[in-house]
Amino acid sequence: MSHHVVSWKVYLGVFLALVALTVITVWVAGHDFGEFNLVVALGVAITKATLVVLYFMHARYSERLTHVVIASSLVFFAILVFLLLTDYVSRPWPLSPVAS
Amino acid sequence: MTSDRKTLPADHYLKHGWDLKSWLLTTDHKRIGLMYLVSITLMFAIGSLYAGLVRWNLLVPDGSHMSAEAYNKAFTGHGVVMVFFFLIPSIPATLGNFLIPLMIGAKDLAFPRINLLSWYIYIVGAALTMWALLTGGLDTGWTFYTPYSTAFAESNVAVAAVGIFIAGFSSILTGLNFIVTIHKMRAPGLTWFRMPLFVWAHYATSIIQVLGTPVVAITILLVALERLFHFGFFDPNRGGDPILFQHLFWFYSHPAVYIMILPSMGVISEIVTCFSRKRIFGYSFIAMSSLAIAAIGFLVWAHHMFVSGMTVYSAMVFSALTYLVAVPSAIKTFNWTATLFRGSVQWDTPMIYVFCFIGLFLIGGLTGLFLGNLGLDVHLTDTYFIVAHFHYIMVGGAIMGYLGGLHFWWPKITGRNYNESWGKISSLLVFVGFNLTFFPQFVLGYLGMPRRYHAYPEEFQILNVLSTAGATILGFGYIFPFSYLTHSLFRGEPAGPNPWGAKGLEWTTQSPPTTHNFDEVPVVTEEPYNYAAEGEGHARG
Amino acid sequence: MAELAAHAGEAHHPALQHHFVSLDQQRAASTLGMWVFIAQEILFFGGLFGAYTVYRTLYPDAFSAGSHHLSWKIGFFNTLVLIGSSLTMAMGVYSAAIGKSKAVVGFILATILLGGVFLGVKYFEYGEKIRPCLGDGPHTGCLVPGARFDAASLHLSGAEAGHVQIYFSLYFAMTGLHALHMIIGAPILLTIAYFAWRGRYSPEYHTPVELVGLYWHFVDIVWIFLFPLLYLIGHH
Repeated sequence: MSHHVVSWKVYLGVFLALVALTVITVWVAGHDFGEFNLVVALGVAITKATLVVLYFMHARYSERLTHVVIASSLVFFAILVFLLLTDYVSRPWPLSPVAS
Repeated sequence: MTSDRKTLPADHYLKHGWDLKSWLLTTDHKRIGLMYLVSITLMFAIGSLYAGLVRWNLLVPDGSHMSAEAYNKAFTGHGVVMVFFFLIPSIPATLGNFLIPLMIGAKDLAFPRINLLSWYIYIVGAALTMWALLTGGLDTGWTFYTPYSTAFAESNVAVAAVGIFIAGFSSILTGLNFIVTIHKMRAPGLTWFRMPLFVWAHYATSIIQVLGTPVVAITILLVALERLFHFGFFDPNRGGDPILFQHLFWFYSHPAVYIMILPSMGVISEIVTCFSRKRIFGYSFIAMSSLAIAAIGFLVWAHHMFVSGMTVYSAMVFSALTYLVAVPSAIKTFNWTATLFRGSVQWDTPMIYVFCFIGLFLIGGLTGLFLGNLGLDVHLTDTYFIVAHFHYIMVGGAIMGYLGGLHFWWPKITGRNYNESWGKISSLLVFVGFNLTFFPQFVLGYLGMPRRYHAYPEEFQILNVLSTAGATILGFGYIFPFSYLTHSLFRGEPAGPNPWGAKGLEWTTQSPPTTHNFDEVPVVTEEPYNYAAEGEGHARG
Repeated sequence: MAELAAHAGEAHHPALQHHFVSLDQQRAASTLGMWVFIAQEILFFGGLFGAYTVYRTLYPDAFSAGSHHLSWKIGFFNTLVLIGSSLTMAMGVYSAAIGKSKAVVGFILATILLGGVFLGVKYFEYGEKIRPCLGDGPHTGCLVPGARFDAASLHLSGAEAGHVQIYFSLYFAMTGLHALHMIIGAPILLTIAYFAWRGRYSPEYHTPVELVGLYWHFVDIVWIFLFPLLYLIGHH
């Protein structure tokens, strides 16, 4: 990892962006994007998380290995969710056993 | 370098303190490896006792030797202890801990204190789980399937679950330590493709430990939460799906079997090249196949669930992926065999275990392909065919590799040679006992005998009796190494730095090594395994 | 290796551990170690997010009903608090990198304080849902899944009454695990603040501050996802 010192102005800028994005998070929740509702909500959250990872966690200034570690964990998490859904999405609708 | 009478070195890692504190507060990876060796040997003995109970019950078809409840607790205890407290830690925590810094020219692992912590975590998890098993027991099977484990079992599910949860962190921390060590602490000149294949194998294993274990950890926690607080994660009455438990459980537990086999494959690579006196064939293929197994291994978990109620479309996806994962294992087997070809084979005990591994792993692996086939699996799943399949891999594969490795590196770890004749006799006993125990189980499964059943139809008795006889022979086979290896600690002849004439940085140190491994940081200039052509014998007998 | 010669002067740096050849190697190893730890934490929470994905796909209406019952304003406030604590944490690391130990202490204490505010709010939120479940009586408004769960207070009955319990099971498990990570983080932060106060860190060596920062930011990121996924379902 480099000895690069990130300026405090960057941190302040990222913080303000995160606050704004949090307001946007609530704002998009109040609007109906149809089937894209979840995609939009997650898109905003992913943007916020990316800012935290890149700047607060210095990933932008880190070695490539750090990026590989982060990416690997996300890839395997995605595998978990995706392959899980191959089961649930291919079940007959409406889903779920009957509850009393 | 060879002399007629070797002596133990004046100073080595075992001499730095004899009291309990010097062991319990050590940060020396070699001592920690030994502490793990003692602990997992104890757990292996406990797991074997449970196996003895299972096989004893199965001597008679009517299950009259014990109640069904007791039998459920016996096979569960066997599985839980063997999987979580023996197989998962076995090679990485003992041989891996001891050898990896030596093999890469480092003075210790990256995080020695975390290494010690992971041993303590293992002990706490083992103690808690044993307490649960001994006071009331566990009868869910090592797989904890819901809703039985969450809603109906009357055994110590929550406590055992917490014990296994705790032990999982031992595994995660070991994997974390190895990954960082291998990335950051290799000696100058030791590029990735000059590393021993044992190190590659552990690197791949560590990736699985770090990415897979947390998922089973949270899943077991959910079972405990549901049991204690009646949350509804897996409760069908509230819309919970018991199959979700199976998905989350097997997401780890399938890659877990690669945690159990990859290190053993690493051992085989080291031994086969040394005892063929020939550079291993296809080094980079073997290295890359370890990573491929780790990655693809995460894609196949639901092949344990084909008859669970998951959809057939999902099952087809997993079946196809399952066939894919066999390929890298096959590549390794081809390469080991090619290494033997035109090599100068030395028939010492470690090499005998290599041959056992290759043959038995082949059978276990190929039967895995049968089971990956949806149509066949419908008939074979939950029968003894499955039991035989995984014991061929775990015992015929992983444990053979473990024993081979233990013998191969014993002179390095202890500074002494073991009795080679006893080594050969025991390996033969283990091989015969193993096959007599588990081959009949393939037949039993094919004929339809279900697993985890307390009683069975009379026509299956002969095969069951053969299996129990085999287990008895196998038990003796395991007791012998315990005896003569322990005996060698006191009476074995000093081995010298390199009794096998092997290549590798660990063999350049004295036996046993000093606490700091290397006085000067070694510089690596050679390719790995550059054994000369045939004719170069080794210093030992 | 050139690194050995270049770092010869560091051999006596008090923070250099004996098995490393240089402070650089030690820092690189420690940082990688923390990232690998975070990777496993992603999979640890990932199991819960996986369960969430499955159940929200199966029971969108029950999840919506459950989510409506949470106060999004409280969630919004807590999100801002946690993002603020990430800022103070980042400023703490910055201060260490430029050698201002007093500022390090101040920023870390501010981080702990903001974390405390977050946890205090959560305590209040949990209390509202858990208190009705205690003792005898009708348990009106009890939102802990189980026998005492009051689905009627959410205007749900039949199958949906069961499904919404799964939503609340996930709510408690996910926010509870998150809160546990903050509770564990607090004494660690305090310890680092103490060492900073004692002058242990410098621009050459302040790795522990960086590492605890990574951990804290990760905890913030988990909440960044929990807020919309738990508090803002179907608010249109």
